[in-house]
Amino acid sequence: MINSLFIINNSGDIFMEKHWKSVINKSVCDYFFEAQEKAASPDDVPPVINTPHHYLISIYRNQLYFVAVVTTEVPPLFVIEFLHRVVETFEDYFSECNETIIKDNFVIVYELLEEMLDNGFPLATESNILKELIRPPNIIRTVVNSVIGGTNVSDQLPTGQLSNVPWRRSGVKYTNNEAYFDVIEEVDAIIDKSGSLVFAEIQGYIDCCIKLSGMPDLTMSFMNHRLLDDVSFHPCVRYKRWESERIISFVPPDGNFRLTSYHIGSQSMVAIPIYVRPQMSFKDSGGRFDLTVGPKQTMGKTVDNVVIKAELPKVVLNVNLTATQGNHTFDPVNKTLTWEVGKINPQKLPSIKGSMNLQSGSPPPEANPSITVQFTIQQLAISGLKVNRLDMYGEKYKPFKGVKYLTKAGKFQVRT
Amino acid sequence: MTDSKYFTTTKKGEIFELKAELNSDKKDRKKEAVKKVIASMTVGKDVSALFPDVVNCMQTDNLELKKLVYLYLMNYAKTQPDMAIMAVNTFVRDCEDANPLIRALAVRTMGCIRVDKITEYLCEPLRKCLKDEDPYVRKTAAVCVAKLHDINSQLVEDQGFLDHLRDLLSDSNPMVVANAVAALAEIHESSPTAAALIDMNTQTINKLLTALNECTEWGQIFILDSLANYTPKDEREGQSICERVTPRLAHANAAVVLSAVKVLMKFMEMLEPNSDYINTLTKKLSPPLVTLLSAEPEIQYVALRNINLIVQKRPDILKHEMKVFFVKYNDPIYVKLEKLDIMIRLATQANIAQVLAELKEYATEVDVDFVRKSVRAIGRCAIKVEQSAERCVSTLLDLIQTKVNYVVQEAIVVIKDIFRKYPNKYESIISILCENLDTLDEPEARASMVWIIGEYAERIDNADELLESFLEGFHDENTQVQLQLLTAIVKLFLKRPTDTQELVQQVLSLATQDSDNPDLRDRGYIYWRLLSTDPAAAKEVVLAEKPLISEETDLIEPTLLDELICHIASLASVYHKPPSAFVEGRGGMTKVALPSRSQSAGSQLSDAAATPAAAPSAPAAVQQPQPTIIPSQGDLIGDLLSMDLGPTTQTAPPPQQPDTGAMDLLGGGLDSLLGGPVGAPTPPPAAQPPMGTGSGLGGLGDIFDLAGTPGLGGGCYVPPKQVWLLAAKAKGLEIAGTFSRRQNQIFMDMTFTNRALTQLSGFAIQLNKNSFGIIPGAQLNVVALNPNQSFDTSLPLSPVGPIQRMDPLTNLQVAIKNNIDVFYFSCIMPIHTLFVEDGVMDKKIYLATWKDISPSNEIQYQISNVTYNTDTISQKLQANNIFTIARRNVEGQDMLYQSLKLTNGIWVLTELKIMPGNTSITLSLKSRAVDVATAIQQSFDLILHN
Repeated sequence: MINSLFIINNSGDIFMEKHWKSVINKSVCDYFFEAQEKAASPDDVPPVINTPHHYLISIYRNQLYFVAVVTTEVPPLFVIEFLHRVVETFEDYFSECNETIIKDNFVIVYELLEEMLDNGFPLATESNILKELIRPPNIIRTVVNSVIGGTNVSDQLPTGQLSNVPWRRSGVKYTNNEAYFDVIEEVDAIIDKSGSLVFAEIQGYIDCCIKLSGMPDLTMSFMNHRLLDDVSFHPCVRYKRWESERIISFVPPDGNFRLTSYHIGSQSMVAIPIYVRPQMSFKDSGGRFDLTVGPKQTMGKTVDNVVIKAELPKVVLNVNLTATQGNHTFDPVNKTLTWEVGKINPQKLPSIKGSMNLQSGSPPPEANPSITVQFTIQQLAISGLKVNRLDMYGEKYKPFKGVKYLTKAGKFQVRT
Repeated sequence: MTDSKYFTTTKKGEIFELKAELNSDKKDRKKEAVKKVIASMTVGKDVSALFPDVVNCMQTDNLELKKLVYLYLMNYAKTQPDMAIMAVNTFVRDCEDANPLIRALAVRTMGCIRVDKITEYLCEPLRKCLKDEDPYVRKTAAVCVAKLHDINSQLVEDQGFLDHLRDLLSDSNPMVVANAVAALAEIHESSPTAAALIDMNTQTINKLLTALNECTEWGQIFILDSLANYTPKDEREGQSICERVTPRLAHANAAVVLSAVKVLMKFMEMLEPNSDYINTLTKKLSPPLVTLLSAEPEIQYVALRNINLIVQKRPDILKHEMKVFFVKYNDPIYVKLEKLDIMIRLATQANIAQVLAELKEYATEVDVDFVRKSVRAIGRCAIKVEQSAERCVSTLLDLIQTKVNYVVQEAIVVIKDIFRKYPNKYESIISILCENLDTLDEPEARASMVWIIGEYAERIDNADELLESFLEGFHDENTQVQLQLLTAIVKLFLKRPTDTQELVQQVLSLATQDSDNPDLRDRGYIYWRLLSTDPAAAKEVVLAEKPLISEETDLIEPTLLDELICHIASLASVYHKPPSAFVEGRGGMTKVALPSRSQSAGSQLSDAAATPAAAPSAPAAVQQPQPTIIPSQGDLIGDLLSMDLGPTTQTAPPPQQPDTGAMDLLGGGLDSLLGGPVGAPTPPPAAQPPMGTGSGLGGLGDIFDLAGTPGLGGGCYVPPKQVWLLAAKAKGLEIAGTFSRRQNQIFMDMTFTNRALTQLSGFAIQLNKNSFGIIPGAQLNVVALNPNQSFDTSLPLSPVGPIQRMDPLTNLQVAIKNNIDVFYFSCIMPIHTLFVEDGVMDKKIYLATWKDISPSNEIQYQISNVTYNTDTISQKLQANNIFTIARRNVEGQDMLYQSLKLTNGIWVLTELKIMPGNTSITLSLKSRAVDVATAIQQSFDLILHN
């Protein structure tokens, strides 16, 4: 199981270590630094590193490496998932997870880590259970604590931990009972030079914010559940019901959580809401850059928050471009052109064009730049998924319910 | 006000100040001080000096303070064991606190204090907590057993905690079950004795499956992993487990999904292939695997490494999902490379166009490493999908036209491979390749180009000029290029002898006279002699037809693949190596095998195959006395065969292994599992060899052995064969073997099995210098082995070689060479094969020698569980050249005085004290060289238990 955890910042300081078994000297991280040096970018450090006596399994989040040390054969995904959970918990507690915040709250951080693992076995990782054991910091409580000498460690056993619904604490009470659902779809796509689609898929999520009193039991059904043949659920979902009736039935955790994530694969048709037409030429005298974006299959909705990023070849020294709308910047160090287009007006397509200054005397670039696109479309799930009904059982009050749809670009890439 | 204030140092006197604060009367100041101490500890400062002061703060009703002190204790108790004792009382009291949180906290913390003295006090509170009314405490206690086992495994086993844990498997609370499973799994991994205790049966499995639905995600991982280690008793059970595991594939936690995939992949082996159920299962496995690829890059990486195995085992699962493996340009490099590998594995005629278009796209990316791999991938596609070869070649030519230096070089390297796969098909492109000759600067590309020129010398008009141009800088070239150049010019000469004589002489003299590289010189001389003695023969050798290369070269070997499938989701699956190859210090490492589909006739075999065979890393386990009659059965067959060999009294040839696949797989270990002579020839009674005096009944005894009575034992004891060299470690060659003594000679009896995909031949053996100067007495006689073929051989050994002391003394290091490589292993010779036949000592000399050897050279052992009477013991030992000189009865005890002599002339005198009715006998032995004592005692042990 997991022996130790080291948290390392970008400059290579191990600023926090936690051991759940005997202490492992932090010199073990030297192997990690070695691998880090070899990697071209911080993202490229291999997640599993073999050293003579230990295995280092790491994730990279918010400029921090979380490096777990194990000595025996354990499932690496178990470790990685746990590290993700650690980061999520920190974000949940401190709303952000960075070096300063971790240092500022190190007592809570330490208490949390201690509570999350015992001898390397996960103990309590559900945020609501942790919150009952260790209260998250807030200003009022800090002040009160310092006045009356209170503590943020609960001396009561968390209620939910051993019940049949460990994810929900008992005795939840709200004056306004609300349940909000966000259906978010991310389009991952690769589009080739000629504008035709190489590959596209949709990653969908249903995120919830549920503030309901008592023990509500919810069901959700869809207009077109056939779209969902590859789903994974939060543990609260009753899988049997889904298999037999295609209804998501669950007792929700309190607060924010991800109910379902689904995947619509490359085998079904995926609508592409935007097109990008880039044109680039490189000559001895200089280069030309010309790019137009336009809406494609948007089901009548507006494409908003469009951002185009192009990593131009190394030979480009600077650019001199004019855009019909939005701001653009060029970072001459990593050669990234960023154009914040904003909203696309179908009547007047946004475009950007101009010249590029090339390094004199160097040959034309060998590699073609890739363009990444970001966008959002409100009130649309691009797959066509729609929630049909949402019902609540088990409680008497009438909750306020709402469903929002949002489509955005995931890894959306245009080759040139 | 943030906690970061604790990190600011007050420079000197810090410890002193903290000490004062810790002893303050005010609670708040105390707490602040403890926090500061913990902060220093967190950043790795040594604050162990404050130990007594911090421990004093422990008796508090403030939970936060208590937790902090516990934290401190866990870190430093090891360095201050005496002080830590002070904390014990508080722990014991806390274990009885009314608040379950405090009880759990106390038992948890105690387990983390790795001090022997404390663990003793831990037992009682732990026992109570394991039966606590509160499940929270029980589940904490379950983990505590694992901690304790880590510190002192003996204690845990003695105190019966393992039974408690097993009871917890049927606990009403799923969390407790999950933790018990996890704790058992961890104990299982580190201790073979515990493994025996935790036997999985249908009932426990059912409990686990029930708990699976209800426990947390982490618990599910542990349960799934231990399910994967279970072998269902029949197909039906396998299928029902699969059905109950399938819903886990929709879990949000990637680790749960992958562990479920492991269980399914393993149990699918048991089910009827091509049944409807298998087909649905195959369909169900695909979406979760695809989903893993949309997760974070780290998860993608682990998933991809596993998918790599899965597509090799069951290509059907992901055959339609090629597109999800397309590389996105912002994927981390480690994900890109893995995706590329899988794309090639999934490439078929149907999707090759898509794949090639993608690969061509990748070849224009920025990352040089990735570009190179992509170009290589195009070559691999050409070799894998024959119909696409032409397309691949034209793609490669397009890439060469880009004139990007490293792309061109990579392309030339793979085109060489394509030429080897499809000879005489694409030579038209050679001229294009030659155009790029000048730009090549990497040795591999240069060597490939030279190879191409040499191979097709007759079609390249200016081949001699091209090669000559390389020759100018011969000594600056890399060895690889030099070797290729030499061969290429010789080829050219053989094809066009008229105008290239000068060139070949030049290269031969460069290689043999001016070079100091032995490989190059050797090759040069060989060519030189070949050419000067018999040019026709040279032509046959140098221009011989080359075997075609195939795509299988980059597949994982089937035996290894099967083992890795059993380790899906684990580190082994990431490294693509069996755990035994990299996990160190694991006792009782067992090799797992995929369960085989049981049929009525084969059920016995499949049971046997599912039982873990002990890996050679634990020879002790294999040499344990085999409780059954099989070794004697081996003797019997041996006797049968040795009839023609003119056997002498005390000898018997080795057990001959019936040549069935399943037997070889497990080597000697299987012997004990197969209750009877399955597949072995039944010996006709007439086949009894002529027996000498001492053991006239030996042969008959063996027959009685088969009937199940303990045998009188005939002939030298031959341990069953054990696997010395694992196929996975020796590129498919597996060797099982044992040692025996017959006809006054030592024999090494080995079974060679070929588990590789190609023929193995050209075997030779060499023994390292060893303690007894053992060397092979003859050539190793092994025929060329076709895939899956086995061959038994006996190699006579003689003790006349150079001597070098080994540890242990009987260790023998062996090197086996074949056409593939040289492999090394070491094995233990049972020392009794070294006892010579003239080891009888005269009674008087015996007496004198016994007195003469100083008492300090006398060593005593107890040998327990000997069920034979004095006569049988004497006979059994005699058969192994341990000769009874005299026998006396002293006060009801039988005393046997014996002598034996080793091949190197060392005499050993022994005295056996046998009490009638007592199964334990005492062995005293005296020798001038006491070093051999342990080995001899082990041999006695072996002989007397068989």
